[in-house]
Amino acid sequence: MKKTYKIEVDCANCALKMEEATKTVEGVADATVSFMTQKMKVEFADGADEKAVMEKVVKACKKVEDDCEIFL
Amino acid sequence: MTKKQKKVLYRIIIAAALLVVLHFLPVDGMMAFVLYLIPYFVIGYDILRKAALGIVRGQVFDENFLMAVATVGAMALGVYEELQGGDGEFVEGVAVMLFYQIGELFQAVAVGKSRKNITALMDIRPDYANIENENGELEQVDPDDVEIGTVILVQPGEKVPIDGIVVSGSSTLNTSALTGESVPRDVKEGEEIISGCVNLSGLLKIQTTKEFGESTVSKILDLVENSSMKKSKSENFISKFAKIYTPAVCIGALVLAILPPVVLLLLGRPAQFPTWIIRALTFLVISCPCALVISIPLSFFGGIGGASACGILVKGSNYLEAMAGAKYVVFDKTGTLTKGVFEVTRICPAAELLAECGENLEEARRRLLEYAAYAESYSNHPISKSLKEAYARTMAEDETPEARQEKQVAIQTGQVLQPGRVTDAQEISGHGVKAIVDGKEVCVGNAKLMKSMGLSYEEACDVGTVAYVAVDGAYAGHIIISDVVKEHAKEAMEGLKAAGIKKTVMLTGDSKAVAENVAKELGLDEVHSELLPGDKVEAVEALLAAKGPKEVLAFVGDGINDAPVLSRADIGIAMGALGSDAAIEAADVVLMDDNPAKIALAMKIARKCLWIVYENIVFALAIKGLCLVLGALGLANMWMAIFADVGVMVLAVLNAIRCLKVK
Repeated sequence: MKKTYKIEVDCANCALKMEEATKTVEGVADATVSFMTQKMKVEFADGADEKAVMEKVVKACKKVEDDCEIFL
Repeated sequence: MTKKQKKVLYRIIIAAALLVVLHFLPVDGMMAFVLYLIPYFVIGYDILRKAALGIVRGQVFDENFLMAVATVGAMALGVYEELQGGDGEFVEGVAVMLFYQIGELFQAVAVGKSRKNITALMDIRPDYANIENENGELEQVDPDDVEIGTVILVQPGEKVPIDGIVVSGSSTLNTSALTGESVPRDVKEGEEIISGCVNLSGLLKIQTTKEFGESTVSKILDLVENSSMKKSKSENFISKFAKIYTPAVCIGALVLAILPPVVLLLLGRPAQFPTWIIRALTFLVISCPCALVISIPLSFFGGIGGASACGILVKGSNYLEAMAGAKYVVFDKTGTLTKGVFEVTRICPAAELLAECGENLEEARRRLLEYAAYAESYSNHPISKSLKEAYARTMAEDETPEARQEKQVAIQTGQVLQPGRVTDAQEISGHGVKAIVDGKEVCVGNAKLMKSMGLSYEEACDVGTVAYVAVDGAYAGHIIISDVVKEHAKEAMEGLKAAGIKKTVMLTGDSKAVAENVAKELGLDEVHSELLPGDKVEAVEALLAAKGPKEVLAFVGDGINDAPVLSRADIGIAMGALGSDAAIEAADVVLMDDNPAKIALAMKIARKCLWIVYENIVFALAIKGLCLVLGALGLANMWMAIFADVGVMVLAVLNAIRCLKVK
């Protein structure tokens, strides 16, 4: 299952870091972060709980880039 | 400017003002250091905080870290010199931070602005739909809430929000947001209408046939918004590059700070630690990778935005990149290079009929077409339809524009023919038709019909489907009906050749004679005819196997029964996609109208975009490389370093914005 979230991030490099961080979260099969459209697309692994996974994603992103916002 | 950006702007102004004031204050020594710390923290506290957080969380090497180390280092050096009894310099550390923030702010504003421009370009999202409530008043509702089958109203100047069928009214539509085509399109009662068009003249009542989410406009928006999610090779290269690059320059800076002084010490000379540390710090400031990281996605985003303004939808940066390298273009014939509708292309009256008309060729042609059209008047076969249409057109030719327009409407409804003139129409299965027209027996059909009637006939004078006509048992001539080549097809081929395409290939299920005729007319290099849909995949696979590893093969089709080929080719280009969901799904690049000349335009846009990307990569790396060397040798100071970082980034961003402009 794929879902797109609106994000707010200030620099392209930070968006890259968020993408890397999201990919390593358990339950995420793949992720892309577009700095240009300010959107994050997450593909969840089979059977993953979307809400719980996204919470972890937010945490992981905050860790690499303090100044980011993900609108769930 | 967003709130965040405004806050940064105020901090920049305050810090700059403080710097100016401090410059004129007669303070010296450690007092100066403490005073300079005020603007330093005003401008740089967030950077320092981020750098510290980064170190704590194990994300050491980023631009915040580079800036923090460089400025803290510069400040520390000032203190060191003060302690040594010298004259410490504190302006530099603050200035570096200040300029870094100015650069970042500029970048954020520029990128935000171009992002807005691009999205505005692609914004075809309708905000509301009008429905009539019980009192007959118009009510604006969210298009998402409109159910299938609801009648909605579209006033002049409004966007059509949902796909549907016109139930009353007629108007002209501006489709330029979808197709890039500026010529308006006419619609009238009973015709399908797609969302995203702008109603120009009359009030339209539309019965919706789809939900908003399934409508053309939503599909296109979805596609465009997701396009920057698919990253190109260059983008991936840069993100990998940045990962290695930042640690590498940090190590480089460390080596620069320690190695030369140690060597100097070993040689028994003064170590000059401060000089080398300054050089190392300069080195760090120069090395920031922002210019690359920001400008490349921005270039692709601009390219995709510019293309979509021309009615070319590219599904991802990777496809834009691939388009630039296209060397082989394979076309489907019907619907792509030809219109896919049959038209009368030639009328060849027999010598007898010509003599009867007093050797007037025009008159003989008209008469032959008239016989054929009347004989076929009760048939619904595509061929009889094209005969009737052609006849109605000749009828309308010598009349006033208004009368002609009336006739055009009449053609479609078949009213142009006077029914009283035809009697005893009958179909001869597999052969053609027979009817009495104006008291004469007229037979229209294929060669088999002529043979069965025992008539001698001429060989067809051109390629296509031939309808032979016999009047009162004598051969009267034949009419050739064929699929017509699109107006822009030849121009498209020339454009592709000029753009450096190695080979153009046409695949078709049609007969060899027809295929070769079209290929010759358009100047295609290779033709494969009489193919079944499965054979097309095989033909494309053979071409894929034969091409070089770096060469890209594009397949162009209309999305009807060539979806497997579209997905098998390196790039699948679907054209005339308005309303065809299958094409939008299967293709990588979608041409919204059916003009094949747009392929060359798409390649032009892709190449320009890629050229700008390379320009930026080379420019940024060259300037940085040069400054790094100068910095290491001590020839570049902090100010030059700031230019190498912020200046290069600004120039790269400005260059990237050029991608948006399509000439």
